[in-house]
Amino acid sequence: MHLASVDPQLADLSNKLIYSAMAVYTLAMLAHVFEWTFGSKGAVAVRSAEQSSLAETVAAAEGAKGARKVTVKVATANGGTATLTRTALADAGATVVTSGRGADEAPDGPGAAGTSEKGDLAGRIAVSLTVLGVVLHIGGVVSRGLSVMRWPWGNMYEFSCAFALTMVLAYVALLAARKNVRWLGLPVILAALVTLGVAVTNLYTDSEQLVPALHSYWLGIHVSTAIICGGALYAGFVATALFVGKDSYERRVAAGRTGRMLGVPATVWQRLPAAASLDKLSYRINAFVFPLWTFTIIAGAIWAESAWGKYWEWDPKETWSFITWVAYAAYLHARATAGWRGRKAAYLALLAFACWLFNYYGVNIFVTGKHSYAGL
Amino acid sequence: MSDTRTGHPTPADETAERDAERLTSAPVDPGDPGGPDGAPSGIGVLGWARWTWRQLTSMRVALILLFMLSLAAIPGSLIPQNSQNAFKVDTWKAAHPGIAPWYDRLQLFDVYSSVWFSAIYILLFVSLAGCIVPRTWQFVGVLRAAPPAAPRNLTRMPVYAAWHTDADAKAVNAAGYRLLKQRRFRAQSAGGAVAAEKGYLREVGNLLFHLSLFALLAGFGWASLASGQGGKLLVEGQGYSNTTTQLDDFTGSAFYTTDDLDAFGFNLDSFSARYQTTGDQMGSARDFTAHIRYWQGTDSTKLTPGTIEVNHPLEIGGSKVFLIGHGYAPVVTIRNAKNEIVYRGPTPFLPQDSNNTSTGVIKVSDYGTGPDGTKTMLGFNGYFLPTAPANFEQTGPVSLFPDAADPMLVLTAYQGDLGTDNGGPQNVYQLNTKRMTQLKQDGDIARARLKPGQAWELPDGYGTLTFEGYQQWASFNISHRPGNAVALTGAVCAILGLVGSLFVQRRRIWIRATAGPDGRTLVEVAGLGRSESARTAEELAELAVELQDSAPALDEDEDPSDGPPDDPGDEPAHPAAPADPDSKE
Repeated sequence: MHLASVDPQLADLSNKLIYSAMAVYTLAMLAHVFEWTFGSKGAVAVRSAEQSSLAETVAAAEGAKGARKVTVKVATANGGTATLTRTALADAGATVVTSGRGADEAPDGPGAAGTSEKGDLAGRIAVSLTVLGVVLHIGGVVSRGLSVMRWPWGNMYEFSCAFALTMVLAYVALLAARKNVRWLGLPVILAALVTLGVAVTNLYTDSEQLVPALHSYWLGIHVSTAIICGGALYAGFVATALFVGKDSYERRVAAGRTGRMLGVPATVWQRLPAAASLDKLSYRINAFVFPLWTFTIIAGAIWAESAWGKYWEWDPKETWSFITWVAYAAYLHARATAGWRGRKAAYLALLAFACWLFNYYGVNIFVTGKHSYAGL
Repeated sequence: MSDTRTGHPTPADETAERDAERLTSAPVDPGDPGGPDGAPSGIGVLGWARWTWRQLTSMRVALILLFMLSLAAIPGSLIPQNSQNAFKVDTWKAAHPGIAPWYDRLQLFDVYSSVWFSAIYILLFVSLAGCIVPRTWQFVGVLRAAPPAAPRNLTRMPVYAAWHTDADAKAVNAAGYRLLKQRRFRAQSAGGAVAAEKGYLREVGNLLFHLSLFALLAGFGWASLASGQGGKLLVEGQGYSNTTTQLDDFTGSAFYTTDDLDAFGFNLDSFSARYQTTGDQMGSARDFTAHIRYWQGTDSTKLTPGTIEVNHPLEIGGSKVFLIGHGYAPVVTIRNAKNEIVYRGPTPFLPQDSNNTSTGVIKVSDYGTGPDGTKTMLGFNGYFLPTAPANFEQTGPVSLFPDAADPMLVLTAYQGDLGTDNGGPQNVYQLNTKRMTQLKQDGDIARARLKPGQAWELPDGYGTLTFEGYQQWASFNISHRPGNAVALTGAVCAILGLVGSLFVQRRRIWIRATAGPDGRTLVEVAGLGRSESARTAEELAELAVELQDSAPALDEDEDPSDGPPDDPGDEPAHPAAPADPDSKE
C-alpha cells in the first residue's frame, strides 16, 4: 500500500528551492533593515498618510448634497472619547468611514519606513522579496511532498520547513488583508531564516517514506494544524513582545522621559503601532489560534487512540501540548479579567509561547517519548 | 411622546441600570473592583465558608489554579512515570538511590494520579462549577427576559451618537425597531425607546465549552473505572483466544476484570516487516503488517482473514487489538546425551536496538539425565542477530540491519537447576544462573555462533543444539476502553463552544427618539459591546446612517451628541462622556 519509491530529482529540487528561499529571505531581511534605518531619519509623523487622505475624501463627501453623516462617540479605555464618522452619499451609494483618535490615546506609529520615501521603497522591495521567497518556499515544501507522494511533515526537518513557511504566510496573509503590519516583516523573516537554518544544518534528513507509526491520514490533519498553529502563534508572540516594549515606552513618555529604551533608539519605538493596537492584534491572533490548537490536541488524541490504544497517556509531547494549552487558556481568561489585562496577560502569553517552543524543540531533543520519529 | 427620565431614580432602577451595562452573565468577581467587598463579611464559620467559596469561584483563583495545573504537569514529562514505563522507573531508581525514596514519597513517579495533581484539577473543576452553574441560570433568565431597557442617560454608554430631526419620534422609534429586527437583533420597543441585543451565541459557546470540560472529565473517569488491557506475544503460526489464562499480563479496573474479557480470538499466520535499505535513514521501519485470521464469540472455526497494522487496530466485540511490537524467535532443536529430542521450537528473543539485536534465553527443563547420570536441566542465553557482521570481535554481537538478511544465533550454555520446578513465576526472558554452572570448553566459556542449519556439539557430551532457522513474533495489546465516545463528544462540543465564545460578539443597541420642547425630535443611539471590538461603533454608525433615511438629520451648528439639551445639571456624567455638556461652547 505504501510504495517505497522516492523521486530523487524532486527531492533534490526541493532542497535547492529551500536554499533559494533562504537566499531571497536574507535579501528581504536586508531590505527591511534598510527600511528601519532610512526611516529613523526625519521626524516621525503622528498622523499616518492614509488618515489624512481619508480626511480629504470625507471633506469632499460632506460637501455633496444628500449626504448622510453620523459621528459616533466611542469611550476609550482611559476615559477619553474617540470618534467614528460614517458618511454615506445618497445617490452614489459610496460610504466613507473615518475614525478620530481620543486625545488620551497614543497614536499608532507610521511604520518602519517613517516618513522616509527611501525607507518606504526599501520596505516595498522587502515585501516583494518576501513574496518571492514564499513562492520558492512553497515550491520547496510541495516538491518534497511530491518526491515521496505523502504529506511533507514526516520528520523534524520537514516540520521545520513547513513551520517557517506558515510563519511567513501568516504575515503575508495579514498584509494581503490590507493590515498595516509591515513592521512585523523583520522579526518574522528573521525567525523564518533561523528556523530554516537550524533545519538545513542540524535536522536535515533525506526525503524518504514514513515510519509505520505515521502511516495515517491523521498526519495530514493533526500535524498540518500543529504547523499552522506554530506559525500563527509566532506572529502573536512578536506582537505581544512588541506590545510589552511599546507599553513601557509609552509609560516612559507619559512620565516625561524620552530617548533610548533597552538600547533601542526612541525612533524605533515611535514608529511601531500604539501599544493598544499591538495588544489588540496579539489577542486576535492568539484567540484565533486557541480553538485550532484545541483541535490539534484533540486530533492528536484521536490518532493516539488508533495508534497506541489510549487517547491520552501523558506522553511528554501530550503533556507539553496540554501545558501550552492551559497557558494560553490562562492568557485568554486573564485578558478578560480586571486587574490582569495589559502587561500581566501579555507576560502569560509570552510564557505560553515559550511552552510551545519547548514542546517543539525541547521535547523532541531532550525527552524521549512516543513522538520520537526518524531523524528526530 | 413622554419622557421616561422623570423623577428620582429608585434603587430598583439602579439595579436595572447596572444590569443593562453589564454584558456578560458572569457572576460579579470579588477580585473585580466593581464587585462586592472581598473581605469576609459575616463573622463565624458561615462567613468564612462563604468567603472561601467566593474566593474559590473567583477568576483570580481560577487563573492561579490553571497556572498551578500547568506547573504540576511538568515533572511528569521529565521524570519516568510508572504509568508509561515501569521498567524505566526502576532503572532510574537504581541510578539515583539517594533521592528516589523522596521522589516516591512525593509521588513523582505517578504525577498524574498523585494526590497533589488530583487536588489541583479537582479544585479547578469545583471552581469552574461554582462559576458556570450560576452563570447558566442567569443566562437562562436573560433569554427569558426582554433585552435590558434603555438606560436613562444614553450618553453614558461607551458608544453613542445623536442628531436632531423633524421626523415624528414614534415613527423614528418604529423605524429603528424595524432596522434592528432586520439585522436579526432581539429587539423590544418599550418606554419610548427600543432595546436590542444580539450575539447570545457567545455566552452559549462559553457555557458549552466549560460544560464540555465536565463531559471530558466524565469520559476520563469512566475510562479509568471500566477499562482493561492485556498483552500477548504470538509467534507466527500461533493462536490466541481472549481469556485470562492466555494473556501474558492484564491490567483491569474496578468494573472490568478478567471475567469481563470479550469472547474472541485470532491466529497470527504471518508477520511482514519492511525497512529502508538506502540513504541516511537506512534501517528505518517502513511497514509492519500482522496477517491474521480471527473469530468472534466461542466458535473458533468461523475464521475471517484480516490484518493488524500500526494505526489500524482490529476492532472486535468491544475490544481493540493493537500491534505494538515485533521481533524474532530463533527455532532450535536440542538433543540430550542419548540423542533424544528434548526441546524443539521457536523461542522469542527481545529486540534491544533499532537494528533488532535481540537477546533471549532458552530453558530446557525436561532435559532428563546428563552425561554423569544425574537429572539436570540446560539453559542457554545469548543473542539473535538478524544481520550479523562478518566479524564482531571489536563491536561485539550487534546486528547491522533490522531485517533478517544474514541471521546468526550467538549462545552460551548452562547446566544445573533452572528453578522452574518450585512452581514460582519465572521471567521467560531471564535465566536464573544461581544454581547453574556455565559449560566450558578447553578452559574457556563455551560459545557458539550458528547460522541457520548449523548444529552445536555441546561440550562434556551434553548433546547438540541445532539452529533450524527463525520465525517472527508480534506482540499485541488487547484493550477495552469505554467512554471514548463521551470524551470525543465533549471535545467536539468544547471546540464548537470555543469558536462561539471567541468569535461571536455580544452587544446591545438602544435607540431613543424624544420630542423636544422646540418641536424637533432628538434621536439618540447607543451601543454596548466588548471594549476589544471596534465593530460595535462601526455597526452603530451603519445603523444610524440607515436610520437617517427615516429621520434625516437637521443642519445644525451645535453637536447634539454632547448631551440632550433638556438635561442640565444631571447626575455627574460618566467619564466616557464629556464632563460638562456646555464645555464645547
